[in-house]
Amino acid sequence: MSDLDFTTRFPTGVVADERKGYEGYIVDADKLVEFATALRDEFGFDYLSSVTGVDYINEGKLEVVYHAYKTTGGAGLVFKTQVDREAAEVPSLYNIYPGADFQEREAWDLMGIKFTGHPDLRRILLWEGFEGHPLRKDWKEPYFEEDVKPFKSRWPEGDFHRAEDKNPYGANVQYPDKFDPEKWQPEGEDALYGSLAKYQTTDESGLVTDHITVNLGPQHPSTHGVFRIAAKLNGETIVNLKPVMGYLHRNHEKIGERNTYLQNMPFTDRLDYLSSMSNNFGYALAVEKLLKVEVPERAEYLRVIMAELTRIQNHLFAIGMFLNDLGAFFTPSLYAIEERELILDIFEMVSGSRMMCNYFRFGGVVRDLPEGALEKIKGLVLDRLPRKVDEMDRFLSENEILRSRTVGQGYLSAEDAIKYSAAGPMLRASGIPYDIRRADPYSIYDRFDFDVAVRYNGDIYDRYYIRLDEVRQSLRILEQAIKDIPEGEILSGKPQYTVRVPAGESYGRVEGPKGELGFYIVSDGKANPYRYHVRAPSFINLTAFGPMCVGLKVADVVAVLGSIDIVLGETDR
Amino acid sequence: MENNELNSPGYEIPDDMKSVVSITTLDKIYNWGRRSSVWPMMFGLACCAIEMIATAASRYDFSRFGMEVMRPSPRQSDLMLVSGTVTKKMAPTIVRLYNQMPEPKYVVAMGACASGGGPFKEGYNVVSGVDKLIPVDVYIPGCPPTPQALINGLIKLQELIDTQSLKTVRWYQKGELAAVPVPVLGPDLIYPKDIPAIQEAGKEA
Amino acid sequence: MYGKGLIKGLGVTLKRFVNTYLDDLKWAGKRYYTQEGLAHRSSKDANGIFTVQYPEEKLPVPEEFRYVPFLVYDELEDGTHHNRCTACGICSKVCPPQCIWIERATDPKTGRPKQEPAAFSIDLDICMNCGLCAEYCPFDSIKMDHDYEIAGYGRTVHHLDELLKPASYYDEIRPLNSAREAAIRKEKEEAKAAKAAARAARAAKK
Ligand code: SF4
Ligand code: SF4
Ligand code: SF4
Repeated sequence: MSDLDFTTRFPTGVVADERKGYEGYIVDADKLVEFATALRDEFGFDYLSSVTGVDYINEGKLEVVYHAYKTTGGAGLVFKTQVDREAAEVPSLYNIYPGADFQEREAWDLMGIKFTGHPDLRRILLWEGFEGHPLRKDWKEPYFEEDVKPFKSRWPEGDFHRAEDKNPYGANVQYPDKFDPEKWQPEGEDALYGSLAKYQTTDESGLVTDHITVNLGPQHPSTHGVFRIAAKLNGETIVNLKPVMGYLHRNHEKIGERNTYLQNMPFTDRLDYLSSMSNNFGYALAVEKLLKVEVPERAEYLRVIMAELTRIQNHLFAIGMFLNDLGAFFTPSLYAIEERELILDIFEMVSGSRMMCNYFRFGGVVRDLPEGALEKIKGLVLDRLPRKVDEMDRFLSENEILRSRTVGQGYLSAEDAIKYSAAGPMLRASGIPYDIRRADPYSIYDRFDFDVAVRYNGDIYDRYYIRLDEVRQSLRILEQAIKDIPEGEILSGKPQYTVRVPAGESYGRVEGPKGELGFYIVSDGKANPYRYHVRAPSFINLTAFGPMCVGLKVADVVAVLGSIDIVLGETDR
Repeated sequence: MENNELNSPGYEIPDDMKSVVSITTLDKIYNWGRRSSVWPMMFGLACCAIEMIATAASRYDFSRFGMEVMRPSPRQSDLMLVSGTVTKKMAPTIVRLYNQMPEPKYVVAMGACASGGGPFKEGYNVVSGVDKLIPVDVYIPGCPPTPQALINGLIKLQELIDTQSLKTVRWYQKGELAAVPVPVLGPDLIYPKDIPAIQEAGKEA
Repeated sequence: MYGKGLIKGLGVTLKRFVNTYLDDLKWAGKRYYTQEGLAHRSSKDANGIFTVQYPEEKLPVPEEFRYVPFLVYDELEDGTHHNRCTACGICSKVCPPQCIWIERATDPKTGRPKQEPAAFSIDLDICMNCGLCAEYCPFDSIKMDHDYEIAGYGRTVHHLDELLKPASYYDEIRPLNSAREAAIRKEKEEAKAAKAAARAARAAKK
């Protein structure tokens, strides 16, 4: 990062961040747009990966943190803007990096940072009319007990109680002072529908057509959980579409800031609950960066093996469910889930749980492979999975129904993919060979011989097929890893349940099955993170969802959504 | 399934008729019919839903219990398997779905989240268990319950159905069955039953 | 050609159907309701039908499997029970969703805290089965159970009497772990005894 010199280009308004443990640059709010434009056009940072806020309540400031990358590879750049807490207004980067769209809305929703110039600044995870901005440090939830865990009420005089018994209403609710539900007017969904723009079109014969609004979800079989799509239709054709999320918003970040570092590990399992091992990986990397601990050789191999197995089972599940969305109701997914079950058996054997692995620790992994596990992995990787993947490929990829539904549909160009900060298979299916394992290698990925899967058509078919490609590459990595795995330690140092993390910030990112999964952590030297933010690929990949669907039919929207492969636990966090 | 599982004790059936004739009570045959065709709603909330899908898939296959017909529409289902975290934003929808299900209907709370709030209970957008919204019949602890644990819970539900009687079940009583009041999304989730208390508190403040 | 995909797909299903019966023949009736059959059906060579006929046959859980926590007590020779837990509070501190409540017992005579719990409650409707409590308990007292058949008709909170299970049960479900822990405990005790002996010897010399 040192080879970057902004002083000639920006003599004022951009200074290096000198706080201890911090990196990057602090940009004045009024210079922000100019700086970002220059960054994109002159310095080559074309990909804005993450936008989030930090509430420095003691200094009375809110800080907006941006992470930008070059899609040609290499380390990233962090830049920040600081504003007053009371009048938090920052110019929106929507016009420079449209990928900031949802992330800015999230920062507005949870931290109350107003992004001026954002075309549709509404709450995104909570509902319009919610009281307050929960991620501000002075906002307290109804069951608030203490600022940090462990709570004093648990020991030594732990008198069992349920939190709801202490709440005056017997539920997890609190109302503002002087609130009267009778006088209160529900805000409803006007803002959402307003943002979809109600308009009419007139065709050649002078016939006036009203556009109609259609809602899919939150309870709908095609939305992969509790996700909602609000679409404006002209006849059957989509003219505008907005995803509505937050139906699974579980306040991961607020809880994460109260947890100790270790306590967050099992919580990360529940982000993208299909691929808990990858989530563990990203979080462990972020904290290890701050702790500066080394990971023993064997543990690195175990991490890679688990992460790649996770990728395989995630992609199998994604393909199965995607075919469900196309109407091949359940049969392909049953076959895919079968293979997934065998991989889950390995996870259960190694970590104790099929889905919620909680396997990584800072500086290694929690336990070594039990007897017989390596044989099982070998059997799967060398024998069964290649066979089964080929079988799926043979039967599905040439199927004419699948092809006619997907080829050329739901197109996302390479420029748009970068613009909308799409990540992972979505980015690579549009022709950008960007894979963090190669572009900015972490752990020991630089040792393995594998190709970055890439396809160039950017349609639904490519997004489906690239997952098969990636499974094959993962199998290649696994083959090498199980051949080379050395004996030895699996954890550096003693197992500890409290870690002292030096003050500073860190951003750990891994190539998760869904794309770049990043953890942004700010530590103030205490036992729990001061700020804990997850850059969730499922969430940010949805930014491109609306634009991709315009002009398609409703049935194709379902296919497009299936090809993005979202998991609601991560989308809503 | 035993052939004469349905039979009431105390009645002699000639041996050659055993496979075709049963003497039983109306309750028993009614319960037998219902317990063998519990159709769950295709309705997943969070991580537990993935385990529910795994249970529906070929390895654990709950169609062995007559449950394979999963319908996304509440109108065609008997069982609401609440599989995951109930958030406040989702709460009105869940209650509405429940109200749309025809009687007889059952609710199984799958996993810690649905039973009592789960690990995310302290969060500002999480409802402390789906029984704060709708009546629950069976609770399955676990995070997530493994497919076998889920089937165990569903067997518990079948056992519950077996004990019911036509005379006492709530949907054959006189009078209309009241719908569960739907909570409203205000500054926080507003439960209709709390409105007087909120007004009271508002006056004092 | 249209319809080819359909035929291919049906072919897969048919093959699968036939394979099931071929495998049945090969296993000559041992494929179901036996441990070997079950192990085969969940191995890489599984072919044809894949279903586990729960509850008639149960998939064996691996040793590390974790469901909900329980507390271990030792059965002493005189027939009394000794609760391993010393109410040190580490598990309740490490528990991520904070679902363990421990009340430390006090000596009724002196009023000083005793090294045992007076009450111990785990709210299983919050517990996330993460296993951190078992991992960091220094007295091998709280452990993760294998019993997943605990569905019920009400919310589940386990207090001391539901939580306590004998050490023999623990040895049975996690033989390797318990042997390893017993060895470490023994080593520690021996080291302690040796130290005490050395100290006694030194004292005697003086
Ligand atoms: S109980 Fe656990 S696995 Fe189930 S939804 Fe809640 S957090 Fe997810
Ligand atoms: S179970 Fe273990 S960690 Fe918990 S209080 Fe008892 S001895 Fe301490
Ligand atoms: S398993 Fe995890 S959540 Fe459950 S009691 Fe132990 S530490 Fe707490």
